[in-house]
Amino acid sequence: MAVKLKDLSKKKDVLAGGHRACAGCGPAVLLRQATLAVDEDLVVGFATGCMEVVTTIYPYTSWRIPYIHNAFENSAATMSGVETAFRSLKKQGKLPVDKDIKFIAFGGDGGTYDIGLQSLSGAMERGHNMVYICYDNEGYMNTGIQRSSATPYGAATTTAPAGKAVPGKLQFRKDLSEILAAHHIPYIAQTSIHDWRDVVTKVQKAVSVEGPAFINAFAPCHRGWRYPMEKTIEVAKMAVETCFWPLYEVENGEYKITYKPKEKVPVEDWLKSQGRFKHLFTDEHKHMIQELQNHVDMLWNNLLKKAGEL
Amino acid sequence: MERVSLTGNDAVGTAMAQINPDVVAAFPITPQTELMHKFAEFYADGKVNTELILVESEHSAMSAVVGSAAAGARSMTATSANGFALMWEIVYIAASLRLPIVMPVVNRALSGPINIHCDHSDTMGGRDSGWVQLFSENTQEVYDNVIMAVKIAEHKDILLPVMATFDGFIISHTQEVVELLSDEEVQKFIGKKEMYYPLLDVKNPVTYGPLDLQDYYFEHKRQQVEAMLKVPAVVDEVAKDYAKLTGRKYDFIEIYGPEDAEISLVALGSTAGTAKDVVDKLNDEGKKVNLVKIRMFRPWPHETIVNALKGKKAIGIMDRSDSFGALGGPVFMEIRSSLMGEIKEDITANYIYGLGGRDISAPEIESVYNDLFEIAETGKVKNRKTYLGVRE
Ligand SMILES: Cc1ncc(C[n+]2csc(CCOP(=O)(O)OP(=O)(O)O)c2C)c(N)n1
Ligand code: SF4
Repeated sequence: MAVKLKDLSKKKDVLAGGHRACAGCGPAVLLRQATLAVDEDLVVGFATGCMEVVTTIYPYTSWRIPYIHNAFENSAATMSGVETAFRSLKKQGKLPVDKDIKFIAFGGDGGTYDIGLQSLSGAMERGHNMVYICYDNEGYMNTGIQRSSATPYGAATTTAPAGKAVPGKLQFRKDLSEILAAHHIPYIAQTSIHDWRDVVTKVQKAVSVEGPAFINAFAPCHRGWRYPMEKTIEVAKMAVETCFWPLYEVENGEYKITYKPKEKVPVEDWLKSQGRFKHLFTDEHKHMIQELQNHVDMLWNNLLKKAGEL
Repeated sequence: MERVSLTGNDAVGTAMAQINPDVVAAFPITPQTELMHKFAEFYADGKVNTELILVESEHSAMSAVVGSAAAGARSMTATSANGFALMWEIVYIAASLRLPIVMPVVNRALSGPINIHCDHSDTMGGRDSGWVQLFSENTQEVYDNVIMAVKIAEHKDILLPVMATFDGFIISHTQEVVELLSDEEVQKFIGKKEMYYPLLDVKNPVTYGPLDLQDYYFEHKRQQVEAMLKVPAVVDEVAKDYAKLTGRKYDFIEIYGPEDAEISLVALGSTAGTAKDVVDKLNDEGKKVNLVKIRMFRPWPHETIVNALKGKKAIGIMDRSDSFGALGGPVFMEIRSSLMGEIKEDITANYIYGLGGRDISAPEIESVYNDLFEIAETGKVKNRKTYLGVRE
């Protein structure tokens, strides 16, 4: 059943306004989309990072639902414990059994691609009935815009700045969704906040499967990417139009591309929109733009093949 | 009550099964492994209601039990040395979230160099983490401590995690006769777990683990201190109830030998058992000495220690771990600060022994008492810190 914006708008936000995210924050948009998507009772867990910090500064909390933050690298392990407790207590009749509760663990790309990768892999392999959502803003934003393994090739960050000798990050980003696909869990998806319907539909699918599900959600951060704050949705959309961030899902091993741009926009156009790539637009470094384009093309072609479209 | 011969690990694995926790997280490390093997057998045979999470690391073991305990479930895990070190960050978080997790820790030397045998460098490092720490002399004591730990941790005035430690191999892998309670007796003793602010209460949502800054963090730490201060009374109350059930009464410390002896040795863990033999021998020879065994290391039983040791003429303090660059090992430093103003001269001597599982023999302990006779006679300590049984 197609999701209607009108229906969503009638639902009560479980994330109260007044939290401390920057105006125009991509990840904050994702939190609303993802939590509005779930009709059942929901418990959320967070890794240390921007979204944890901005929603829960004691004595305030923006969460109208149960929330737990433990540390930076263990959002998945912590939620695996919560989910296990639910199964155990329910089985033993120590909780009212009529209700089902959904569990979503969130983490930024730092807390997911990097320091929390082991914890995530373990929880997915163990088959917990939970969803993990990575809000991917391509860097450690909370600590001041440092490089992560999700930071794109060529981007300038505070730990991999564009200097005279080194032009930003020299490595291509890690393809985390593919790593998760190798876990052969029931559901994996990439989504992006510019397409609320895509996010909501995928989150609804993820919570409805039996067993673990993973969603990698593209969520731009204007502070880190250096673009005007009102452009967050546009910047996200362009990443998808260039195929830098394809929208797809892997359902029981079957790849399906959920959005195909009519015409693939050059990656250069997307890079141009952000200050973190400014140094690439020089004679000295412009070859890097081509290298990134080649990499994006290669991955897109691979994806087309996996989805049986090539 | 059943009398059986069990290794320390099997006894603790059995105690865990009798506690029948809602959630157990497990990751292998020597010498804790057989403990979890034992528990896993109970689990595989359907003898417990527990959901067992076989995590991919100790960091995730502690993280998962933090999640399950916050959810409202009675939760346990167990570890040793490097495993304990890997969970470090979350060990502190478990205490600050006031989660009544119970964790047996099988003492093993912390790397490096890597070693699998007993010393106390692992749990001594966790003494400021906010966990209650109970040390055990033998298999019976650790079996009893683990069961009592559940009741201490879950007491409404406490709500703090408890670790019950026992010496790797020396206790964990040695067969001893133990008296086991029946499953029903254990269940009746520990009672039903009360849930305080469980995360799974979706009708009354709570936020666990918010960012706590300059304006409140200190007050929350202060509350944690208050909870710790209430622990001794609860440990005592639980021990009294346990004594009614078993006839075995445990105090914060145990004084072995004549209480009015002027010469005392302080030890904890399995070494206390060896020292007791030496105390018997010396007293038989007409040399009046005693042993002060510490069972509860955190919270530190200051007054009890002072009462046991004031007025002594010589006190030897045994440490199975060192604090590099410090005046002495962790037990030594605690004893010394407790005795400030209580003893006339500096008559305390520290003995670091048994690192990495190096055996400690009765004659070596006797040699320590011989040092203490000399201190008592001369009023002077020749060596404040002695490394016992090491090739210098
Ligand atoms: C073990 C540990 N290492 C480092 C930190 C410091 N730290 C806190 S948040 C953070 C960055 C988070 O980055 P990410 O997961 O990408 O989330 P974002 O801030 O971008 O939302 C870091 C490095 C920490 N809290 N814990
Ligand atoms: S720094 Fe970026 S991710 Fe963090 S709150 Fe601001 S916009 Fe959002």
